[in-house]
Amino acid sequence: MTSVAVERRPARIVPTLGRLATFVLVLAVLWGAWEGYKWLWESTGWTWPFLVDDTTMPHIHDILNAFREPVTAGGPALIHPLLDAAWFTAKEALAGFVLGAAFGFALAVVLVHSRLLERGLLPYVVASQTVPILAIAPMVVIGLGSKGVEGWKAVSVIAAYLTFFPVAVNSIRGLKSADPRAFELMDSYAASRWSILWRLRVPASLPYLFTALKISATASVIGAIIGETPASIQDGLGGAIVNFNQYYSLQPTALWATNIVCAALGLVLFGLVALAERLMLHRAPEHVA
Amino acid sequence: MSDVAASVVSIQGLTKSFRTGVTALADIDLEVAPREFVSLIGPSGCGKSTLLRIIGDLVTPTSGTVRVNGKSAHQARVDHDYGIVFQDAVLFDWRTVARNVALPLELLGWDRGRRKERVAEMLELVELTGFESSRPWQLSGGMQQRVSIARALSFDPALLLMDEPFGALDEMTRERLNLELLGIWEKAESTIVFVTHSIPEAVFLSTRVVVMSARPGRISETIEVDLPYPRNAMTHEAPRFFELVTAVREALAAGHGGRTYRDTAPAMEER
Repeated sequence: MTSVAVERRPARIVPTLGRLATFVLVLAVLWGAWEGYKWLWESTGWTWPFLVDDTTMPHIHDILNAFREPVTAGGPALIHPLLDAAWFTAKEALAGFVLGAAFGFALAVVLVHSRLLERGLLPYVVASQTVPILAIAPMVVIGLGSKGVEGWKAVSVIAAYLTFFPVAVNSIRGLKSADPRAFELMDSYAASRWSILWRLRVPASLPYLFTALKISATASVIGAIIGETPASIQDGLGGAIVNFNQYYSLQPTALWATNIVCAALGLVLFGLVALAERLMLHRAPEHVA
Repeated sequence: MSDVAASVVSIQGLTKSFRTGVTALADIDLEVAPREFVSLIGPSGCGKSTLLRIIGDLVTPTSGTVRVNGKSAHQARVDHDYGIVFQDAVLFDWRTVARNVALPLELLGWDRGRRKERVAEMLELVELTGFESSRPWQLSGGMQQRVSIARALSFDPALLLMDEPFGALDEMTRERLNLELLGIWEKAESTIVFVTHSIPEAVFLSTRVVVMSARPGRISETIEVDLPYPRNAMTHEAPRFFELVTAVREALAAGHGGRTYRDTAPAMEER
């Protein structure tokens, strides 16, 4: 949609400004909707579907202010422990993302080369995702913990568990996506399987792979946060969420502030993948997602 | 390449049945001599594309023998004895024009310098010098097909297999590319087997037109085209050209159970 090679440079600034304006506008509308809803429900005293007050729906400026205020008297501003926690969780998520993506892609490469394996294994790959991550997380953490693996590494395995699935499924499609005649062309050169893989299947799969990686980028953050909970890891965002949950009635803004940081972390990883996609793919404009 | 002026393509008693029980090709005998330009023409479903793919060892025949350059079709494919051009250019979007042309050379293990030199030569041959770093999707359909021809000829194959290469192009582009192809054929000294739906195209290009009929696919007639080379735009207006076009049309009609043959729209051939 955006980066067509033929496009001139100055023309690019206008869409960028336009995008920025749209972003600000949407943000303002969402902000207004939240505050408007809060005001209307509070002033009319409506309680359906839930009671609206400063605990259930704190003011957005209060949430933002919470970043600057210490959680415990005399402690550092909330933003500092949250950024530390975000960095810790980001490490887990990133490790899990890389691990899961590599495993998912490797699995796809194996499966597209064997119809038997694809038929035999794919149902289990799908089944793996129907098991709730909350049920698996303690097993992984305790299992790996007994082997002396550090907690955060075990959590990254859980993040990988969420990451590999979209990558595997999309890569299988992508690795098969080339035109049948492109395969005939490679056959006409008596190209080896290896050559067909690297020169045809893999490049053809990249748009599919990047779509999956974008899904996985956010999924890996969720996997890391959820994985921290049963592992009783206090250093990450999962720990912060559990902690602030307990004090929600006293200090609701701290949890909301944590949510914002979680979302921002997901967006950063998503953005990194989108950037990599833009740098790596040189496709016809209609293929650029 | 063998020095003996034996057939480039030699097919005897070839049949092809699909698992569905359909007989795509029956009793095919065909010899193609070096430097010939042979067109295969026939109605949809006559198996002309399948025959082309059997020559290229992309489809295996049910029975009969196929020799290419005096070897089995399989050995010829392994030895890179032919280049192929499809109806669509089948260029790789993720490669530049130059790297698309260089694809077979990479597979043949040519070093970078030699590849670059050859790509420049080939792009000059198809008049696309200056488009080296363009992406395929930035080119018109006709230009894409020229890249595809350059790619097929880049490693100097003795044989060029073309499956309706200009079928998807407009008439004007098609006529221009026909002329260019004849020029390339003369310069590259290659042998061409060319599948087409168009009678004038077959007559204009070929030394010989092989007319096929459908269900099962057979060779119903072979027509020698005695128009002199070099052929040009004037050839289209020569009385002999019209006689040959009529001869091919009648041969097609005869093979079609006497019904009048209409030049069918380029439909998907059976695989």
